[in-house]
Amino acid sequence: MNQPILELKNIKKVYPGVVALKNVSMKFYPGEVHAIVGENGAGKSTFIKTITGAIQPTEGKIFFEGKEIVNNNPIKSLSLGITAIYQEFNLIPYLSVAENIYYGRFPQKFGFVDYKTMYKNAKKVLDWLGIDINPKTIVKDLSVGYQQIVEIAKSISMNSRVLIMDEPSAPLTNNELKYLFNVVKKLTQQGVAIIYISHRMEEIFDLCHKVTVFRDGEYIKTMNVADTNKNDLFALMVNRKLNDNFPNRNYTPQEVVLEVEGLTTSKVSDISFKLHKGEILGFAGLVGAGRTEIALAIYGADKVRSGSITLKGKRIINKSPAQAIKNGIALIPEDRKKFGALMNMTIKENISYSMLKKIAWKFGIIKANFEKKTANEYKDVLSIKTPSINQKVINLSGGNQQKVILARCMFTDCEILIFDEPTRGIDIGAKQEIYALMNSLTQQGKSIIIISSEMPELLGMADRILVVYNGKIAGELLKKDADQQTILKLASGCDGGTYEN
Amino acid sequence: MKIKEQISKFGIWFALIALVIIFSLTTETFLTQTNLFNIARQVSIIGICSVGMTFVILMGAMDLSIGAIIGISAVVSATMMSNGIQPVLAVITSLILGVAIGLFIALIVNKIGILPIIVTLAMMTALRGACFIITGGMPVYGIPKSFLFLGQGYVGFFPVPVIIMIIVFIIGYVILEKTVIGRVVYGTGGNEDASRLSGVSVKKVKYFVFAIQGFLGSLAGIILLSRVNSGQPSAGTGYEMDIITACVLGGIRVTGGEGKILGVIIGVLTIGVLSNGMVLLGVNEFWQMIVKGAVLLIAVTADKISKKTSNKMSEGSVKTA
Repeated sequence: MNQPILELKNIKKVYPGVVALKNVSMKFYPGEVHAIVGENGAGKSTFIKTITGAIQPTEGKIFFEGKEIVNNNPIKSLSLGITAIYQEFNLIPYLSVAENIYYGRFPQKFGFVDYKTMYKNAKKVLDWLGIDINPKTIVKDLSVGYQQIVEIAKSISMNSRVLIMDEPSAPLTNNELKYLFNVVKKLTQQGVAIIYISHRMEEIFDLCHKVTVFRDGEYIKTMNVADTNKNDLFALMVNRKLNDNFPNRNYTPQEVVLEVEGLTTSKVSDISFKLHKGEILGFAGLVGAGRTEIALAIYGADKVRSGSITLKGKRIINKSPAQAIKNGIALIPEDRKKFGALMNMTIKENISYSMLKKIAWKFGIIKANFEKKTANEYKDVLSIKTPSINQKVINLSGGNQQKVILARCMFTDCEILIFDEPTRGIDIGAKQEIYALMNSLTQQGKSIIIISSEMPELLGMADRILVVYNGKIAGELLKKDADQQTILKLASGCDGGTYEN
Repeated sequence: MKIKEQISKFGIWFALIALVIIFSLTTETFLTQTNLFNIARQVSIIGICSVGMTFVILMGAMDLSIGAIIGISAVVSATMMSNGIQPVLAVITSLILGVAIGLFIALIVNKIGILPIIVTLAMMTALRGACFIITGGMPVYGIPKSFLFLGQGYVGFFPVPVIIMIIVFIIGYVILEKTVIGRVVYGTGGNEDASRLSGVSVKKVKYFVFAIQGFLGSLAGIILLSRVNSGQPSAGTGYEMDIITACVLGGIRVTGGEGKILGVIIGVLTIGVLSNGMVLLGVNEFWQMIVKGAVLLIAVTADKISKKTSNKMSEGSVKTA
């Protein structure tokens, strides 16, 4: 326990325009479980990638057993015994357990795979873990929990000295979780250093020795778990200054526009809430909590199993986005490139795309001049920075792309706009413009739902915040009661004590 | 970089001009009025179908069944006419059949979610089988004289099939460039998910496009029948190859969403000139196949290179934006 197995010194990673990681100096010791906590975007993934050599730090050094790792890359770090288990497993579903454990390192005899030895060795590793799986089982037939065990077995078979586990408990049931804990404890007895990344506070206090907090790409503090508590951790995770880059909202409660009751899909269950005229309603939650899925269900893009949606007192059923748009609901999707803009089409073509009927004569012939006029109007109103509306959207900056999508939604004459991560990857200037636009839209009587992982944004813009955890609404906060710590607690499932899967 | 981009943009023009020059110099018969009209007549069948194929590829799909649709349409109209049914009625029946086949393909694509290239591969085989069953494997004769005008007649100076091809190209151009449906064909091919989330009924687009493709394939089959004066069960075999090549040569991006129908006209002419010139030079039929295969590969490669260049270009402009 005296010499660190892995040490990071002053690691900094800069991407063009953003500092993804800075001030990271940490030590990891054999036999220790070291937890890393932080909000979405706190820099945890960049941190993992730096250690595994998937990316190169801009500054700083990494030492393994006191020796510097020069030009780190995934192969080098693997050969040192640094392994990682990601949220999405790297298993090949149609191969057997043993084949997955030894994938790329098959024991060989005369150039053929020596299956006998492979199965024998795999069995040994699995036995050591105390798990009873036949190494010949096809991986896709295993439960998620067992698949994770296979991942761990793979790491062990590579003589892992440092094992990084990224949200290992997320897909597990309570029973599987206990099992995972046992395995982790066994590994620490063997002197493996574990880097444990998790959103779940309980696990950190049950399992880990040390905990490090990251916030906004910055290393904040490392503590002994015994010397801290949940509230302190939450406070460190969100302890940032709130700036006042947001427009002044003066919303007074008005009539209900949208009422959702008991909405249930395969991803979310029993979602009920009301949206008022002129209101901005925020949805907070961790990535994967089900916020986007709620939006997609309302928007007709995901299949609704049960529940009702009432718009201005009229029950509506949106079976497709086309129908939702007809009913006056518009969505600005999370991923601009994949789901938002038509990147290879022009600004003009993107703006009219959801409402082509409005710019066409009876037989579908497009009124070219009217389309041009419309696009130019939106270009001016939203101040889209481009030399021409005939510019392809792919050539615009992120902020301007987002404005084009917003223009497309506005052209549908919708009553309700759903913004999913509206300012992700957008520079500060464009962000403020989008906030101002949202504000003016609500002043015109539109209602807005905003889904965001950026807490300052939610706290700055939303009049009311719903926190989503595990596919359900975990709490509702009025603007005056909302603060970062309360939101984070609800989003981590720590309030109300629901800790199930 | 600029020069490279220009070459990939206008490469097809260079190719066509180069071919014309080569064949004019190496043969005496190429650059004659009769031969040039010959080329125009010969390309009319694949020209008509390439308009439908342009829609299909732009939408992000692929159709291998077009040659078999030509065949089934030729065989069905021939059989009906040889049994004394009015040519007009036979033609209408075939056209409806073509549309029905297209809708059926779209139905499977939409409802079961199989890739169009696989659905149409199955259709290609099945329809060709149907051609041989209907005819018993023998050519169908007894086509009325009045029907031959469609494939062999002239209006003034121009062969009728060429006129039909030009009309089809004009209609295709108008739909793609000037109408709502054209816009959503481009959009669907460019990004199907974003299109759906923008409120476009992507499934309707597929029904429409495959219906057009079936209709045009059937029309081409009828013209082919009128030209050769007998219903051959193997009519149209392998045409899908020339049609797809013409579209790709014409700059239609194989992954959909990009390309102009005006380029396809040049692509069609290039294929026509190439085939005709090789025949005049006495190139053996099997060597012709090798050359055409090579041309398709070169066209796709050029497409890929120009995509890379244009991506680099756009990345550059993002930074400056």
